[in-house]
Formats: sequence, structure tokens, C-alpha cells
Amino acid sequence: MNFYEQIHSMYSNAIRERVKNANAADVERALGREHLEIADFAALVSPAAAPYIEEIARRSAAITERRFGRVIQLYAPLYVSNECVNKCVYCGFSHEVGIPRLTLTIEQAIAEADAIASLGFRHILLVSGEDRRYVTVPYLTEIVRNLNNKFAAISIEIQPMSEDEYRELVAAGVDGLAIYQETYDEALYKTLHPAGPKRNYKNRLDAIEAGGRAGMHSLGIGALLGLGDWRNEAVMVAMHGRYLARKFWRSRVAVSFPRIRGSAHKFQPKSLPTDADLVQMICAMRLALPDAELVMSTRENARLRDSLIGLGITRTSAGSKTNPGGYEMDEASGPKGGEQFAVSDPRKPAEVAAAIAAKGYEPVWKDFDRTLAKC
Amino acid sequence: MKSHKKLVISEVEFNSRLFVGTGKFASPEKMAAACEASGTELVTVALRRVDLKNPNDPMLDALDFSKYRLLPNTSGARDAEEAVRLAKLARAATRTNWLKLEVTPDPYYLLPDPIETLRAAEELVKLGFVVLPYINADPVLAKRLEDAGCATVMPLAAPIGSNKGLKTRDQIAIIIENANVPVVVDAGLGMPSHAAEAIELGADAVLVNTAIAIAEDPVAMAEAFKLAVIAAEKARAAGPGGESRLARASSPLTGFLRENQ
Repeated sequence: MNFYEQIHSMYSNAIRERVKNANAADVERALGREHLEIADFAALVSPAAAPYIEEIARRSAAITERRFGRVIQLYAPLYVSNECVNKCVYCGFSHEVGIPRLTLTIEQAIAEADAIASLGFRHILLVSGEDRRYVTVPYLTEIVRNLNNKFAAISIEIQPMSEDEYRELVAAGVDGLAIYQETYDEALYKTLHPAGPKRNYKNRLDAIEAGGRAGMHSLGIGALLGLGDWRNEAVMVAMHGRYLARKFWRSRVAVSFPRIRGSAHKFQPKSLPTDADLVQMICAMRLALPDAELVMSTRENARLRDSLIGLGITRTSAGSKTNPGGYEMDEASGPKGGEQFAVSDPRKPAEVAAAIAAKGYEPVWKDFDRTLAKC
Repeated sequence: MKSHKKLVISEVEFNSRLFVGTGKFASPEKMAAACEASGTELVTVALRRVDLKNPNDPMLDALDFSKYRLLPNTSGARDAEEAVRLAKLARAATRTNWLKLEVTPDPYYLLPDPIETLRAAEELVKLGFVVLPYINADPVLAKRLEDAGCATVMPLAAPIGSNKGLKTRDQIAIIIENANVPVVVDAGLGMPSHAAEAIELGADAVLVNTAIAIAEDPVAMAEAFKLAVIAAEKARAAGPGGESRLARASSPLTGFLRENQ
């Protein structure tokens, strides 16, 4: 049994009703509980919970501080390739978007990683589009082996792979896997992914479990906000997170909250959550998943990112470049690839770290160690 | 959604969330009457109490097995080898492959040995048993037993026979939060309110023996447990209110959402 068979297919319609019909009494009951049930979580992300946002934030802040302390962990993405065979209508890497395409050579990837390490980072996320001709297991494992002595934690956000492939990556030194479902609305998903292997909804949903079986320490999930209704997406993400935490109880679940940003695709999101919606979603998620890493990227601006410190976020990127070669490559070393999305927080990592410290939190560059991974 | 789902153990559905143990009763007749009054559909029997050579063993003879599923237990086993040996005897004698696994080397508190229990569970699952292990309220052990293929986990509320109630409440809450198999709270429940507390907490079932068996009127006590379990189940389904409401505060954390950008 996987998440799709066990939960997704049973509850997605019931969830929509619950979110739509929740009232103030449901919200207050949910706020009074020590352990939230999914029905309670649905109330907390419903429109009826908007007036309770300060209470939700206070509980989220208290839980986060108790479980994680006053620390924010920093990481940086390394885009190794923007080649992609998919045609996701919202993505800057879509096959149909005319951007310069580039897959870094092993040497270029190492040079980019060195640049990231020199900024202070010890946690790195390898990112790519989806094209198995370029981003192969041998390609990734060779990069990872070269990064092992520079980084304490290496995660991947690439195309779905098989359990055996993930095992190879874990053996090489990968400890974290992120696969965002984009939307948990299966019908909508089909319209947004008209072509390419990503069109297979269940295949994508299953991949994170293959990673769990392969021994990934961190399992990252999320919905791309602006595609489906964010409240329903939030409930599905929470259920997915709980399912993964129960099934892969040795791994830690991480949840991201990416809002669609402008890029070369010209996609216009139908219903982008507002800042207040996003805060409600993040803080409610903390109540549902007290032990999950909640992740914030540079898709959001500095003001919002700084305001969210202490409210529930525990991990954040900084100084990110979303194009292959974005950190280090220049005209002499060759043209850079096009970017996936435009970042909203252009500050240098040291500036982000200073902002975290100014809030009374410790910016943490390393909170994992290679010796804890099975390699 | 965690409000109670149907209780299904190894594809068998139970309407009653109260399981009853058959030891310590003054007579087989009183035991049978108490089981009847409890509304239970699953009774445990210690294999060491049963005379396997006697086709009319008074313990087994007293019970109407059209009403109850029999759950033999390995009470008395002190290590994995003894438990597996008893389990094989139980299966041959009772023709059920269900087994309550108890490995209790300590003769005073009868606390379960986690290491031997896990070893025995791994072996018994391989041998085709439906294993329901009695354990201390240890959330990691519960996950390890689930991974080993056990059909439930049965954490203790307090030492067996102590009637002290849900002393391991916080640990059991973690077990319930993380479990993918039914959680049956076993041992130490001394009063119906204790059983209700466990069910309200989210336990899928409770197992009671001593509290019923040594009551002055075991039949009345069995019925009281039955009603308490039903009451708690209904309360959960009714969507209980939370314990405390946070006072409405000014907005120190989310005020930034209304400030001029």
C-alpha cells in the first residue's frame, strides 16, 4: 500500500468539504487540542480560521521553539542541469520555453559547489530538470563523491527515480530527497503536465516512498502554491507528511511552501495565496507536523522571510542562484543556463545569517554529519 | 483522520473494542459469564492454564467460541525460544494462528522483555502467526515490531495486575500517533474510567483481565467496562472540544501582515 491507495483516493473529496464548511467553533476546538487530527487541520486552513491567525502563529512559534530551539538551518541549491523533457505549463525549465540549456560538467559542478562552500554552506541541494540523457545516476554519484568532503549534508531535487537508483545515490552520500507533487488535485495535475514522464501523477507520488525505502534521512514534500486551491493542497500535504512520518519513522519529513514566481514561461497563476494565507498555512502545518522541517526558499522577499523567523520555518536557503552555472561561471568559463524562477530575496548568505541573528536566532550551517549516513 | 476507524486486525473486523483475559477468575463459569457481559469478541487464554491433553478442558469448555475469537498467549515464556515453542503448541492445540506474544522473564512485575519479544515476533511472523505482542509503552519498539510484521502492538498501561490505570499515557500517545497497526492498551487498567481514558486517547482497543476477574461481582464489572469503552468511543466520534482556549492577544507575531509594505 502506498499513500495514493491508502489515503489520497479515500479522502481528497471529504477534505474539500471539510475545508469549505469549517466554522469558528471547529477552529476553536482545533486550537484546544494537543494532537491535531486531520479534520482539525482542515479547520485551521479554512477561511474560518483567518481571524485566528495570531493564535495559530503563537502556537506554531511555541511548538517550533520547543522542538527545534532558536535556530534556523541554512542551505543552498546547486542547479546542475536545466535540460528538461517535460512541458509543465508553469515552469521556467519547460521543454517549450526558449532558454539557454546547460548541464554542468562534473568539473563545473564541483566549481559551483566550491563557490557555495566558500559562502559558508555545509548543506547543499542538487537540483535539475528532468532529462535522463543528461542527469544520470553515474553523473550524480560522481558529483556527490566529490562533494562529500565539502558538505555535511547533500540532498537532491531531481526527476523521480527507482528505489535501486536511490539506493545507489544514498550509498554515494545523498541523505535527503525532495519531490514536490506540485498539486495534489489529480485532474488539475493532468492539465498542467501535458507531456513528458512527469505526466504520470502516481509515479511522481510514489517516488518519495521509494526514497524512504532506500534510506533517505530527509523526505521533502510540498505543493507549488498558485496551481490548485492552497487550502486543499495544505491538507493533502499534511496528510502526506503524516503518512510518510509513520511509514518511514527513521526519516524526517520536510515541507516546502513554494509560491509560483515569474519566469520565462509567462504562466499566470489563478489563485496565488496572499502573504496572510501563506503564514496561516505554514503555522497550521507546524501544528499538524510538530517535528517536520518547514522550509522557506528565496522565492519570497526578505521582509516576509525575516518576519517568518520564529513562526515555524526551520530551514531556509540564501543567496540562491536558480540557473546552472549561476554562482561561479562567467564569460570565460562558458555561458550560463537560463533560470528556473526569479529569486525575490537577493541578499548574500552572510546578510541573511545576520538578519537571523538579529532576530535572536542562531543561523546554523551544519546540523548533520556524513557519518550518520549509510556510506 | 484519526477518529476511530473500524477495528480490523489481520483482516478480521471487531465490533467491540474491549478484549478480555480469562485468568484469575474464581471459576470457569464466572469467567464465561463475565466474558458474556463484557460484549467482547476476543478472549485471551494462557496456554499454560489449558490442559492440552484434555479435550474437555474446563477453561476452553466454558466459553462459547461461536461468539469469541480465541487468542492464546505465551504467558510464562521467559525468552524467545520458550515463546516460540509455546506458540507452536498453541497453534496445534487451538487451531488458530493468532497469538498474544508475552515474554516476561521478571517474575515480580511480569514486565515484557523487549529484546526477546522482538526476536520471537520476527520468528513467529515468519512461521505464519498473527502476532499481537505485549510490550512496555516504548514507541520505538512499537515501530520495530510493526516493521517486523506484527498485527497490533499491545503496550501496557501499568504493570500487569496493578490496576493503577494509564500510567504510561504520554508514551502511549506517541505510539498511537505513529502506529500503522491497531494499538491495544493492555495491562494495568483497573477501572472503567481507565479504559475510557485509553480509548479517548485514541487507542483502538483495550484488554482487561484482573480488574474484572477480582471484582466482587465480575459480571457487573465486565458490563461496566463494556459501557465505558462504548462511551469513550462515542465521545471521540462526537468531536470533543479542546481543553483550553488561548486568550485573544494583540498581534506581536503576525502584525507585519498589516503593516505598510
